[in-house]
Amino acid sequence: MIRQFSALLFCAMALFAPRAPADVTPPDELVKTVTLETLEIVSKDQEIQAGNVERIIGLVEAKVLPHFSFDSMTALAMGLNWRKATPEQKAKLIEQFKTLLVRTYASAITSYRDEKFEFLPLRAKPTDTDVTVNVRVLKSGRQPIALDYDMEKTASGWKCYNVYVAGVSLVLNYRTEFANEVRKSGIDGLIEVLEKKNKKLEAEAK
Amino acid sequence: MFAAFAPWTGLRPLARALGAVAFCLLAGCATVPNGGDPRDPYESWNRQVFEFNEGFDEAIAKPIATGYRDLLPFEVRVRVRNFFSNIQDLMIGVNNLLQGKPADAWSDWTRFVINSTIGLFGLHDIASEAGLEKHNEDFGQTFAVWGAEEGPYLVWPFLGGGTVRDSFGFVADVAAAPTRWMTSDAAVQWGLWGLFLVNERADLLDAKTILDESAIDKYVARRDFYYARRHDLIFDGNAPRPPRERPPGRDEPRSEAAPADDAPALGSVVRVQSQDDAVFAPVREELL
Repeated sequence: MIRQFSALLFCAMALFAPRAPADVTPPDELVKTVTLETLEIVSKDQEIQAGNVERIIGLVEAKVLPHFSFDSMTALAMGLNWRKATPEQKAKLIEQFKTLLVRTYASAITSYRDEKFEFLPLRAKPTDTDVTVNVRVLKSGRQPIALDYDMEKTASGWKCYNVYVAGVSLVLNYRTEFANEVRKSGIDGLIEVLEKKNKKLEAEAK
Repeated sequence: MFAAFAPWTGLRPLARALGAVAFCLLAGCATVPNGGDPRDPYESWNRQVFEFNEGFDEAIAKPIATGYRDLLPFEVRVRVRNFFSNIQDLMIGVNNLLQGKPADAWSDWTRFVINSTIGLFGLHDIASEAGLEKHNEDFGQTFAVWGAEEGPYLVWPFLGGGTVRDSFGFVADVAAAPTRWMTSDAAVQWGLWGLFLVNERADLLDAKTILDESAIDKYVARRDFYYARRHDLIFDGNAPRPPRERPPGRDEPRSEAAPADDAPALGSVVRVQSQDDAVFAPVREELL
């Protein structure tokens, strides 16, 4: 029975497979949907409003993280040193960098109040596999803040690998810090620093 | 430290020598530690001032700003922000004009007229809602557009870090601040400055916490953030980005290492984010 069912499923998947590429959510639409849905949840969740960090992180992990490519982000932040890292070191770096980014930036989504989001039309060809999605945050009495998402097309949909806030890359801003740690105490030293940092942040949140 | 103004005075070598002497005296001739940023030759001195500033912020500025934020409703704080933002539009317009952008200057002054009248003395940013976008300009940016050298990075007590060029820009900004001629009453002037600074700090409470918490080395994070942000402002948000380093292969950056000398010159204000960036040259085609 199960075997028959899985055979059927396989046929169904095979049937639909050729359509799959066209069904991939375009990057600009993806950014818009994820942003608006997340903010909607945030505005309605009492505990998140009250600053429940673990709950915010839970939301970010469920809603936002699947659309990010943390291995690409880590490679970008590491620059040349990425090539010197072993696969084990890379895995550790990705894990720690991801934890750090989620922990520190998750709380940012609760700080929006009177801001409005403007989603700009995508300037790219349909065949492009590497695009930048431009969003602007409008705020009374302030110059609009640009949020730029660098995104790449992968087998599992569009993934973000770099974010610019007001022209500053949150990923590239780590490069000097990472390079300094590697110069001082090697890649293992950097991993250790990141682990320590994350443990401290986690302890403070409790 | 006068090197930033030297292009117009023709005294560049002298100014540079004087600046170097002044700073050697000031900093006890600080040396760049191995791997330091060439833009920040006085790093060890700067770090000490940075620590002092952080202590001041933690003990005095942040508590005041936090109290201010908790005391005043959000609506009121937005009005305070808008009031100062409106006054600033005057000099933002002047700077846009000095940078050769008369249309932007005209927009800034139109904003001022609309917000000062319909917006009730600037308390409401009606102009933004009407589609007249707020700009961000100051003398530091104007000097950059004029081609002034940026000079080394300096951290000033209480004021924070910036290049020599931006330090001169800051002095010009304060000297030209409209609050200076709006009232001759010194007490009112100081009151306005105080309110402005407290409101600004309160607006940045969340952002600074996030930036600090996310950093491994707060000093470096803040400095690199400053350079990237100023770079973006000078180009009004259209700055040439470092060449796109494609992630894929999940592994290697796309471009093969190209010698730094091959990187195209994008003007004196263009800086790559760190020395490593030079390796990821060729700049994207659309920039060339």
